[in-house]
Amino acid sequence: MPIPTEPVRLPDAAGHFEAFGGKFVPEALQAALTELEAEFTAAQADPEFVAELDRLRREYSGRPTPITEAARFGQEHCGGARILLKREDLNHTGSHKINNVLGQALLTRRMGKTRVIAETGAGQHGVATATAAALMGLECRVYMGKVDTERQALNVARMQLLGAEVVSVEAGSQTLKDAMNEAMRDWVTNVESTHYLIGTVGGPHPFPMLVREFQRVISTEARAQMLERWGGLPDVVAACVGGGSNAMGIFYDFIGDTSVRLLGFEAGGEGVESGRHAATITSGEVGVLHGMRTYVLQDEDGQTIESHSVSAGLDYPGVGPEHAWLAHTGRAEYQPVTDDEAMDALKVLTQTEGIMPAIESAHAVAGARRLALELAAAGEQPTILVSLSGRGDKDVETANAWFGLTGRADHTSGGLS
Amino acid sequence: MSSGDIFRNAKDEGRAALVGYLPVGYPSVEGSIEAMRTIVAPGDGPGVDLVEIGAPYSDPVMDGVSIQHAATRALERGVRTSDVFRAVEAVNEAGCGVVVMTYWNLVERYGVDRYAADLAQAGGAGLITPDLTPDEAETWMAASEAHGLDRIFLVSPSSTDRRLSMTLDACRGWVYATSLMGVTGTRTQVASSAPELVARIRQVSDIPVGVGLGVSNGDQAAAVAGYADAVIVGSVLVNEVIEAERTGGDAGPGLRRVVADLAAGVRRPGVGAP
Repeated sequence: MPIPTEPVRLPDAAGHFEAFGGKFVPEALQAALTELEAEFTAAQADPEFVAELDRLRREYSGRPTPITEAARFGQEHCGGARILLKREDLNHTGSHKINNVLGQALLTRRMGKTRVIAETGAGQHGVATATAAALMGLECRVYMGKVDTERQALNVARMQLLGAEVVSVEAGSQTLKDAMNEAMRDWVTNVESTHYLIGTVGGPHPFPMLVREFQRVISTEARAQMLERWGGLPDVVAACVGGGSNAMGIFYDFIGDTSVRLLGFEAGGEGVESGRHAATITSGEVGVLHGMRTYVLQDEDGQTIESHSVSAGLDYPGVGPEHAWLAHTGRAEYQPVTDDEAMDALKVLTQTEGIMPAIESAHAVAGARRLALELAAAGEQPTILVSLSGRGDKDVETANAWFGLTGRADHTSGGLS
Repeated sequence: MSSGDIFRNAKDEGRAALVGYLPVGYPSVEGSIEAMRTIVAPGDGPGVDLVEIGAPYSDPVMDGVSIQHAATRALERGVRTSDVFRAVEAVNEAGCGVVVMTYWNLVERYGVDRYAADLAQAGGAGLITPDLTPDEAETWMAASEAHGLDRIFLVSPSSTDRRLSMTLDACRGWVYATSLMGVTGTRTQVASSAPELVARIRQVSDIPVGVGLGVSNGDQAAAVAGYADAVIVGSVLVNEVIEAERTGGDAGPGLRRVVADLAAGVRRPGVGAP
């Protein structure tokens, strides 16, 4: 199969990225998917919609996000590579998730629906959805696996403060995939009043296309910033991949630039060989999950295998179908990054740059560092653009436990005891 | 025999057919087959006319809590795709028609043609595919033709006229009309959207229609039998098996009582499908 060399014209009308994607959903949802696609197409051609989304991006979310050079990190830890961070962590609500949510919330209003539901893993998408719902006066319910509500308790509280209802999903493995199942069930039941605001480039068509288009702003901005401010295109674009929305966003406008390597870093958990990971493209096989044909972690019978990752946002046994296609064509490469590597990168970046990435984004940082060191050994000092998809505040508790920090002061001073 | 013929035979008797769903592997493979035999031949009176065997799946998005619970336990206890065919064979040997309800990935993983061949070999009449619509069904259309199997797609109150016609054209045997917008589970009332949907189907096709979602007792079965060719029940049966496991008892008596009520429901005078 030839490697694509120009902006991609996929999916086709049926939602296929060649062998991937499609619509594997109950008939009850087909009409809603068709309506959504029609509304999205109309909205994209509507100058008022485009202007309103643009206004929200600038005045509400804080776009465009800057590119920051991580100079100390590059010099001291990446063999002198130039590491540039696309700062999606500086968005309102702390991650790239808001890009997609603002677009879909506007679509919800356009369709005359009054309620949104969402699934969330780390809680970033749930928080972003609850935020947009508050802004636009929509009723909001977020489904979150029970395990995730425990490891991301701060985000549960944020959603509740924003007025959303959070449902802890106790079925199955109690993580992101089960939250998605439960959201689908809610949608089947309430589709007339409700929009399912999917947070990643996954699910049935048109979601992978629609979410990509709302996240594409990341690469549209970054490509222009590189050309205007940083002397040309990067050698490598790196991003973490769970479902793959930040990666699709930062890859998309670079797909036609064949000199640019696109690298997606999947959650390698305790190591791919351990079986406890979420490296779907690296070790999954083609199957159908959550409405799409894609790479899936599955057993011999086709039952989904539970994924594992220190990062709740990457803890998903499937991946967006366009990534499956990019991997299949060879245009993008996907590699696993372990929990250990990601947590180490989190600490190092925080202590060299004063930028604390989300554990999800730390996978991209770790992958970029690994690549830079490999290339440095060959005498190369590449420019690597890294998607810093979210900030790490939500992960402080996980990081404390990981590094054995107590949250207590180092010394005492003053007072007579 | 096509499972649609079973509905036609019932119609000749002036009544609707009764379809009973049970998942294989819960409480165990043997226990589930025993439960299937019970609903086929409850003893004194008539049983179900067609068994719908559920293939447990890790991500059953069309199922409510009862069937989810049974599927999760069945998978924990090691149920395999091969057990589906074992159960099909057992129901077939018990003299009852049988179809399998399965999420699509399980079929793709097994190999679509191989699945069809093994299902036909075991005596299965066809597949109900909750997450496969005709849009993505090219390989299944070919395999079901090759092996003479029924293709039972779902239609919904939200189906557009265009999709309704397209789906009915693609079905073989009968069509599964979901009575309401929602997932499987018992409900106090069968939705009013069900007769409307069946009427829309009748306008464009003479294919037999089974109505499911939310039917749990004889009165509801009688009401649905007034406009449909078959009444499909699932969660109310699964609940009996769950309850038996919870109390450490035998599911047999409860299943017999429920099936007797439902079987009488579809036989009430004057309720046969028009």
